[in-house]
Order: sequence, then C-alpha cells, then structure tokens
Amino acid sequence: MDDLYRDYILDHYKHPHNFGELDPHDLEALEHNPLCGDELGVHIQVKDGRIEDLRFHGHGCAISQASASIASEELKGMTLEEASRLGADWMIDLLGIPVSATRRKCALLNLKAVRGAVTGDGSWPT
Amino acid sequence: MPSVAESSLGVKADFPIFAQRFDGRELIYLDSGATAQKPQAVIEAQAEHLRRHNANVHRGVYALAQEADAAYDGARRRVAAFVGADPVTTIFTKNVTEAINLVAYSWGRAHVDPGDAVLITQMEHHANLVPWQVLCRERGAELRYLEVDERGELSLEALDAELQRGDVKLVAFAHVSNVLGTINPVAEIAARVRAAGAVSLIDGAQAVPQTPVDVGAIGADFYAWTGHKALGPTGIGVLHGRAELLEEMEPFLTGGDMIASVDFQSVTWNELPYKFEAGTPPIAEAVGLAVAVEYLDGLGMERVRTHEQALTSYMLERLGEVPGLRVVGPPEAERRGALASFTVEGIHPHDVAELVSRAGVCIRAGHHCAQPLMRCLGVGATARASIGVYNEPSDIDGLVDALQAGREVFGL
Repeated sequence: MDDLYRDYILDHYKHPHNFGELDPHDLEALEHNPLCGDELGVHIQVKDGRIEDLRFHGHGCAISQASASIASEELKGMTLEEASRLGADWMIDLLGIPVSATRRKCALLNLKAVRGAVTGDGSWPT
Repeated sequence: MPSVAESSLGVKADFPIFAQRFDGRELIYLDSGATAQKPQAVIEAQAEHLRRHNANVHRGVYALAQEADAAYDGARRRVAAFVGADPVTTIFTKNVTEAINLVAYSWGRAHVDPGDAVLITQMEHHANLVPWQVLCRERGAELRYLEVDERGELSLEALDAELQRGDVKLVAFAHVSNVLGTINPVAEIAARVRAAGAVSLIDGAQAVPQTPVDVGAIGADFYAWTGHKALGPTGIGVLHGRAELLEEMEPFLTGGDMIASVDFQSVTWNELPYKFEAGTPPIAEAVGLAVAVEYLDGLGMERVRTHEQALTSYMLERLGEVPGLRVVGPPEAERRGALASFTVEGIHPHDVAELVSRAGVCIRAGHHCAQPLMRCLGVGATARASIGVYNEPSDIDGLVDALQAGREVFGL
C-alpha cells in the first residue's frame, strides 16, 4: 500500500465531498498555491454564527483535493470562532498521511481559503 | 538521422552526481530545463580557481591579482566565442533574469514612452514577462502578446501585423520555449523587428545548452542566457548586446568597477563591458562557465542537438504508450527543443512528479514560471521532462515505467 496515496485519499480525490459552488453564500475566498498554480475557492453559508454549509471549487493535486474534501465534513456545523482558530496541525492530523515539506502547502491550501473567508486573514496556516 | 542509441553521447560518467545512489536507485535526471548537472571538469575548474588563483579582479598589481584578471577576462573571451559574440559586448550578470532586467531598465526606461508598445509572446516565462509588464506600467506603455497557436507556435504574419501598427519599440521572445519546447525562427523574427525599426531581445536560456547558437548570425539586438542550464555554475548569466545600443545606454546597477572616475558630485562610466558590471563580478563562476562551454564545444553542439533531438523523438514515442497522456507543444521532435510537457488524465501533475520520484525519476511539475501560458493551454499545470547531454534512452524507459506504475497506484 502506498504511504501517501492511501485508498481513502484517492477516494476523496476522485469523489470529493462538498465540491462545487454555493449560491447564495455569505463568505467566500479564493486562494492560489504559487508553487504549482493550484487554485482553491470556498463558499460558506452562515447561520447563527455557525458554518451551515460550504463548498470547495477549483483544481489541484490529490493531496489538496483530499484535504479540502476531508476538512469540509469537519467544518460543517463548526462555529466561525472555532474555524478561525484552526491551525496547520489540525489539517495535517486530519489528513492522516506523512506530508513532506514540499507538499505541505498542497495540504493547507483549503484551510488557507477557509480562514481567509472567515477571518479575512489569507496567510498560510501555521 | 542516427538511431537513438547511436546518438547517445555516452558522457554520464563525466558527471559525478550520477555516481550517487538515492535510496539505492540510480538517478534518472530529466529536469535539465530547470538546471543542468555539472561535469567534473567544471566543478574542478571552479575549485582550482579558488584554491590557486583567487583574488579580486581589476584592482591589484600583484601576481595573483593578475592571474585572476586573466582568468576572468579569458573566461569572457571563451564564453563569447562559444556563441559567436564579441567579448566587448558580452556582459556577465547574475542570471538570465538580471540580463533581461538590465535591458528593461537601461534601454527600456530611456526609449519606451507613453503610448508606445512592447511586444512579447504568450509562451514567455516570467523572467521575460514581468520585467516588461513593470516597464510598461511605469512608462504608460502597452504590453501586447503574440499568440501561440494550437501547435504551440508563433505566426510571423501576426508579428508583421503588430509591427505595422508602428508603436512597437521592443520585441522580446524566447529562442526555445521552456514549456512547449517550440524552437522559434529567431533570425527571421529579429530581421523583421529590425526592419520595422524596433529593438529585439531573445531569451536563449533553454537554447544555448542544446543547440548551436550564433549570436552574430541571429542578428538580434540583445541575446540573454544563463550559465547553470549550460552545465555551468549558478550565479552567472550572460547578456550580448549590439555595441551602438550598449554604448549609449546608462548603466543598470552602479557602484565599483563600472566607473572610469568618480567625483563627489559626478561620475564617468567605464568602457564596455565593465560599465554594466557593478561590484565584484562572479569570477569563479565565469571560470566555471568557460570550462562548461569548452566541454560542450568538445562534444560539438551539432552532435548535442542531434542527440537531444533523437532522444526527444524517442521520448515522445514512448510517452505515447501511456494511456491518457497528452503532450503539449509541437508534435514533431525536429521542431522542438529537448523537453516534453504533458498531462496524465486522472492524475494531477504534482502527483505525477511525486509518483515517478519514487523510482528515482526527477521531473518538474507546475506552471514552469509561465502562468499566463498555462491558462492559454487550458491547463493549471503540466509535468515536464527535459533532456540533457548525459541522458540516455534508458532514462526515458525509466520515466515511462514509473508513469505506468503511478497510474496503477491511482487505480487507473
């Protein structure tokens, strides 16, 4: 079995959850990985301070797409306050695979977009 | 044309990096378009210079300083001769990016006015795009692009139409595209630009390492390239310019070595080429680059071109065996440089590069510093395999095997 490209990672890549656009939406952000040109956007609907629904769109590698897909399930129902405090470790742990330094940005692109949408701070999660 | 096996140069043993094993595997290096590996002769020449001849140039009267002067100036003559250029108009820079910026600043800011246009092509990488974008923004000029057709080529008719508009001051374009591999008809383009009264700049970063280049015969006003892709060290680039233009241009960077005399309030510039080489230049790097071009001359650039063309043809043929693989750029090897950019259906280029790296295969994935072109091609990124003098058919076989294995990992 492949260490990085585990079955569930490839499953999420091929059949991503919560992929597409969401209209209307309350929050949005579009982020790029300058290294590879990947692009990932997020649309979020908010109700009573919680993420009621969200969708990712864009294109990227298996790692970035699987990250977005896996994270999307966790993010739904989270308060905006909780979402704004999510850091890189949360995403890497959730992904559950050894992510090399060069692929780290692939894994964190979706969280960068979510934080950008929620807090307006589009810097790379640490 | 010789077979792919016959055209192999058989020089891998000259490059010490290939003696190493990576996780017990041989290195299959197919990223020479990013940077080339270095022959022992280059590594040794730089070390020997630092061991025995190191001193600053153009300052000392002692014997060692004279040795350093001779080494640096000798390197310039050697490098200029390699591409049929005059050493007086051969300027050492940090890299091709700095060479292009030199022209954008020193020539561009003096000659490009509001309402003028700079013409580049859709296949330029960022080094030959961003400096012109910044120049045009600063000067209120228009930056226009020659389109790339579906074969990955430029149209000379479109060039003529642009030139006839009468506002184009400078045309900048790649000799060989780092993404498509397209070899542009540089002499033809330079002649048309000259006839229209505009100035031409050619980015030869990919061309010089793999094909015979005669700067004089091409006839461009400026020709820029870089050392590290031509088997030389990093930290050194080259700009060849037409003497009349260089003479009247103001310096790009200022400081020591580029002056004739300095007063508290005024300064006179040094003569060419020193006017454009402020501060201590890349001395050991120049020595290394001179040995690199000597090495290439020893192989013979016609033979290098034959080798790279035969191997590119073999690569295109073998890549065709991989299901779902699509190569971008001209389909015929004789019309392209020694590289193939491609996508594999169902696997993102980043994952393609990661998957083949497990078999020791080094290829690049991404936008290759050419984001606008990637948008034109309708792809976010590609994987790119590029060939150097040391590559052999077995390297291509290794790539294809690794691609097939990668498809299996992805369940394709």
